[in-house]
Amino acid sequence: MGKPARDRVPAVAQTGEDRIGAAFALRRGRAALMPYLMGGFPDMATSRAIGEAYAANGADLIELGVPYSDPLADGPTIQAAGTAALRAGATIGGVLEVGEALARRVPVVLMCYVNLVLAPGADAFVQRLREAGISGLIVPDLPMGEEPAVTEACAEHGVALVPLVAPTTTDERLALIGAQAQGFLYTVSVSGTTGERGSRAQAFGELLGRVKRHTAVPVALGFGIATPEHAAEAARAGADGVIVGTRLVRAAAEADDPAAATGEFVAELAAALIR
Amino acid sequence: MSERAPLMESGVEHRFGPYGGQYVPETLLPALVELEGAWVAARDDVAYVAELDGLLRDFAGRPTPLYLAERLSELAGRELWLKREDLMHTGSHKLNNALGQALLARRMGKQRIIAETGAGQHGVATATACALLGLECIVYMGAEDIRRQAPNVQRMKLLGADVVSVDAGARTLKEAVSEAIRDWVSSVATTHYIIGSAVGPAPYPAIVRDLQRVIGDEARRELLARAGRLPDRVVACVGGGSNSIGIFSPFVNDADVALIGVEAAGQGLGSGRHGAPLTAGGRAGVLHGSLSAVMQDRDGQVTEAHSISAGLDYPGSGPEHAYLRDSGRARYVAVEDTDALCAFREVTRLEGIIPALETSHALYYAIHEDGIGSTLDLVCLSGRGDKDLAEVIAQGDAP
Repeated sequence: MGKPARDRVPAVAQTGEDRIGAAFALRRGRAALMPYLMGGFPDMATSRAIGEAYAANGADLIELGVPYSDPLADGPTIQAAGTAALRAGATIGGVLEVGEALARRVPVVLMCYVNLVLAPGADAFVQRLREAGISGLIVPDLPMGEEPAVTEACAEHGVALVPLVAPTTTDERLALIGAQAQGFLYTVSVSGTTGERGSRAQAFGELLGRVKRHTAVPVALGFGIATPEHAAEAARAGADGVIVGTRLVRAAAEADDPAAATGEFVAELAAALIR
Repeated sequence: MSERAPLMESGVEHRFGPYGGQYVPETLLPALVELEGAWVAARDDVAYVAELDGLLRDFAGRPTPLYLAERLSELAGRELWLKREDLMHTGSHKLNNALGQALLARRMGKQRIIAETGAGQHGVATATACALLGLECIVYMGAEDIRRQAPNVQRMKLLGADVVSVDAGARTLKEAVSEAIRDWVSSVATTHYIIGSAVGPAPYPAIVRDLQRVIGDEARRELLARAGRLPDRVVACVGGGSNSIGIFSPFVNDADVALIGVEAAGQGLGSGRHGAPLTAGGRAGVLHGSLSAVMQDRDGQVTEAHSISAGLDYPGSGPEHAYLRDSGRARYVAVEDTDALCAFREVTRLEGIIPALETSHALYYAIHEDGIGSTLDLVCLSGRGDKDLAEVIAQGDAP
């Protein structure tokens, strides 16, 4: 990205955008794998172990979800996991500790609802992310432009503010968002909440083609990608990155050994993206 | 204090001071743009206005009466005039908004309607409007509210609505709104979401207020004609805040008229088990798409509300109310469960009117609290209490 070499400089001194960009660039044309982790689910220690398993089994980045009382963009599986995490005592501080540990291995992008960002003040919140080594921030209920303080805080602290676009997003708005996107552009594959769905190859291609015309940053596809086949479809359709969430959260909820089960599944996803 | 919030180009407020906004998933933004465009076109369209006015008159029973409650006036020590929204078809003010938005949905070509409901009054109103206009209707309702508002659940089902039980969280109004928004994110191309309170992302708070303003317009006109004067106070209950914003709006520029919103103090403001974010104060927060007064913890997790009345059992509030509070134009107070039950009984026995438990909060305040300086109160009798009989009897508070 035209920046001077950063040999010997600890990763935390890079901007989040640089670190995310490097993670995509390292894939050399193959799609990056970004599994989603619900912080604090089923408990804080296990969620950290799951994240470590993601990193050990081929995750290029990790999307770390913060449990929230009213997650409007999430389907029943992730909503239930968030509720369980909160009941188990999860706090934003605990989730950031997990993020800090994982960020030593792969770039971490935090997915966090806007009220949690605004509660301590956007600047104080983003500063905490920076201190924890978090590279990026996704706020699923904050359309670009609605809360300038969040944009400013991310710029100030070198945390990439990753916007979302959806199939319903107009070309006019895509152009606006695509031009301002940092790190990557999170493309929601369906008009809906997070959750698993059937084959979507054709829709993926049309949507990705439209989105990529409007941005220079990598485009990652998420929501509804549940199997290695879906992930491969998304990559073939032109996605620079693939985000898998609900399927992994369900595996974490159902398995006797969540870290082993989710690690194995991440390895299958990674293998599907190499083919 | 006649200053108004800055208007968007369309004349529809997106913000009321710092409050309001559109904090929603990107998926929904085009639908909000479409809705605002449709609303701006409809409210200036003679055909839409004539059809809505005709339905409000012939189908819903407007104008509703303004009633001087003499025995309650004697008890209160000043004149209490009741705006009788309980006499409107379906038993509450909610039909004003449901009819207006259902007609709007039909104009937008959307055949599927979703709604949330707490007490069931908005659900019944929406199911009624959908039956009238031949629209599909799905109502999200917390499992706890389904339990305590069973008659309204039966009415919705009879009217052809699909009532979906919501089991998340405290299983009340907050969760029902969240579930309705989730449905809308997935179905936005074919579906219109009829929000029942003056909450949600812009343009909803402005649309709901404009459709409920008829309450205040009628009351102001009628009171001037009969009492020859404006009220000293306008008193209304506030959950999300639709009946209150509707009756307040025409009086906002009448500087001598005090506007008082009555929230649910539940088991007491100090107990934390209440539904009074405006009264309790604290940091503003985002809930259901807009910034307003919200009950939340230090991290920003939204906390559970509590009220004996399902319609006031909500940790958020309409953004315009937060603005009216901060600007000093309106004042917000809270009444506890036990006092609301007391007013429920008094109004029933003294006037032969069974008020909704929600409305009973406003009635208690008008009858018993802090009336110094007022000789005439206008109270919004927002709904009737038939739906609450089982709950009141279970409290051991009926004869």
